[in-house]
Amino acid sequence: MTTAVINRSATAGRQGALARLRRNDLLFKNLTYTAAIFVLILLGAVAISLLIGAWPAILAFGPGFITTQSWNPVTEKFGGLAPIYGTLVTSFIAMLFAVPVGIGIAVFLTEACPKPLRRPIGTAIELLAGIPSIIFGIWGLFVLAPFLQTTVQPALIAAFGSVPVLSSLFAGPPYGIGILTASLILAIMVLPFITAVSRDVFETVPPVLKEAAYGLGCTRWEVVRNVVIPHTRVGIIGGIMLGLGRALGETMAVTFVIGNAHKISSSLLAPGTTISATIANEFTEAVGDLYSSSLVLLGLILFVISLIVLSLARYLLWRLERREQG
Amino acid sequence: MATPSFDTSGFRARRNRSRIAMALCLAATLIGLTCLAFVLGTLLVKGLSGLSLRVFTEMTPPPGSDGGLLNAIAGSLIMTILAVALGAPIGILAGTYMAEYGRHDRLTNVIRFINDILLSAPSIVIGLFVYTVVVAPMRHFSGFAGAIGLAIIVIPVVIRTTEDMLRLVPDQLREAAASVGMPRAIMIRHIAYKAARAGMITGVLLAVARISGETAPLLFTALNSQFWSLDLNAPMASLPAVIFQFALSPYADWQRLAWTGALLITITVLALSILARTLGQKGQST
Repeated sequence: MTTAVINRSATAGRQGALARLRRNDLLFKNLTYTAAIFVLILLGAVAISLLIGAWPAILAFGPGFITTQSWNPVTEKFGGLAPIYGTLVTSFIAMLFAVPVGIGIAVFLTEACPKPLRRPIGTAIELLAGIPSIIFGIWGLFVLAPFLQTTVQPALIAAFGSVPVLSSLFAGPPYGIGILTASLILAIMVLPFITAVSRDVFETVPPVLKEAAYGLGCTRWEVVRNVVIPHTRVGIIGGIMLGLGRALGETMAVTFVIGNAHKISSSLLAPGTTISATIANEFTEAVGDLYSSSLVLLGLILFVISLIVLSLARYLLWRLERREQG
Repeated sequence: MATPSFDTSGFRARRNRSRIAMALCLAATLIGLTCLAFVLGTLLVKGLSGLSLRVFTEMTPPPGSDGGLLNAIAGSLIMTILAVALGAPIGILAGTYMAEYGRHDRLTNVIRFINDILLSAPSIVIGLFVYTVVVAPMRHFSGFAGAIGLAIIVIPVVIRTTEDMLRLVPDQLREAAASVGMPRAIMIRHIAYKAARAGMITGVLLAVARISGETAPLLFTALNSQFWSLDLNAPMASLPAVIFQFALSPYADWQRLAWTGALLITITVLALSILARTLGQKGQST
C-alpha cells in the first residue's frame, strides 16, 4: 500500500503548492494595484498639501490676491498679480514664436524632407527636448541676454520708438534680461514638444487622402493646408496645449533671465517675474508664515492653471486617438 | 477651331505659393537646428575651458579660489540613484497593473490621465509639495527629501513606458504561459517582463536623464552644501543647484565652474537619451 501513501502525500504537496502559488498571485496583484492607486493619491496629496500650505494666505488676502500687485515682505502685503501676469505673458509670447516654427518643422519633416535626413533631424529636435532647463537658463543669461541687449533690443527701441502703441511695448532701456528674453528661451524649450506631437499626428493622416489630393493636382502646400492640417487639427491643438503646459510651469530657465522684478511693466524689454521664478528665488529666504504661505498660494495657482491646460491637452489628444481607433 | 488653351498663370501662382510655404518650413527647421547647435556649441566652448581633473577631485570652492565639483557630483549621483531606487519599482508595478490586470478597467484610464498630468506637472510645485510633507515636519533640509522629490518625477515616466512596453508583448505569449498552467504573477515576471525588458530599461534610463538636470525640486528640499557630505539627513549639494548658485554669482571662477557643470550634465543627459533610444529600437526590432 505504499503507492497510496505516496499519492496522498503527493496530492497534499500539490495542493500546498497550488495554494502558495495562488497566494503569491494575489499578493503580486495587490502589490501592483497599490502602486497604481498610489499615483492617484500622489496627485491628490500634492493638491491638498498646497491648499493647506496656502490656507493662511487665502484667509488673509482672499480672492483679492489675484488682482493685487503689491509684493511687500516688510509690511506682509502680498498680491500675486505681477507673477501671474508674467507667467501668462511669457508663455503667450513663447507660443507665438514656437507654434509656427514647431509646426513648420513638423510639416518639413513629414512632407518635404528627403528620406535619409528625416530621422537624424527628427532625433536632433527631440534631443533639444531632453536638454535640462538649467542649461537653457545659463545659456540665456550669458549668451542670449547680452546678444539681445547689444543688438536686438536697441534696434527694437529705435524702430518702434515713434509708433504709438508699439513704443510702449518696446520701451527702453535695453536690460538684456526681461520678459522678452524669457519668452524667447521658453519658445526654444517648448519647440521640440510641439514639433514631436505635430509630426506624430501628421503621420496618422491616411496616405490615401494625400494621394487623392495630389492626384487632383494639388500642390504640396495645398495638400498640407487642405488635407493634413484639417485632418489633424485636434491633435495639433493638443500638442500646442502640451507645450503651453510646459511653458507655464518652466522654472529654471526663466528664473535666470526674467530679472525677478515684482512689477507689471507695459514694456516687454523690462524685467518682470513669473510664478515659478518667484517661488524659486524667494522660498528659501521667506521669513514669516504669511510670506511662505503666499508663495505656496502662488504655487497652488500655477498648479491649477497647468492642471487645466494639461487636462485639456490630454483630452484633445485622447479624442483624436479614439477617432483613429474607432 | 480654337485649340484648348490652358491658363498656366494660375498654376504658376499656386506652385510658387507652395514653394514659398515649403521654404518657410525649411527655414523653421534650420532655426530649430541652429538653436540646438548654438546651445551645444557655447556649452562645449565654455565648459571645456574649465574642464580639468580638479573638477572631479576637489570640492566646490569659496569665491576667488580654485576648486572642483566633487561634492556636487557625488550628491547628484546619490540622490539620482536613491530616486530611481524609490521611484522605479513603484512605476513598474503601477504600469504592470495598468497593462496586465486592469487593461480594460475604468480605473486604468483614470490613472493614465492623472499620470500624463503628473508627467508634465511643474516640477517646482513638486518641490513645494516635498517641502511641506518632508522638510517642514523634519525641520531641516536633507538629501533624502531631494531624492523623494526626484522620485516623484521618476514615477510617471516609468509608468508610461512600462505600460506601453507591456502592451506591445503579444497576447499569444500570455496565453501559452496560461495553457501550461503558469500562474499569472509568474507569467508576468518571467514572460512579459522578459519580453518587454529592453523597453522597460529604456524607460528607467529616460527617467534618469530627466532627473539628472532637474533643479527646481531640489532647491528647497536638498538645498545645497559647500562641503563633502554623504549624510542623507543633511543638506546635500547637487550639480544643478551648484550651477544655479554659481552662474548667478558675480565671481568669474564660479561662473566658469557653472559652465563646466552644465557641460557635464548635458553630456550625461544626451548620452542617456541616445543609449535609451538605441536600446528602445533594439527592443522593438526583436
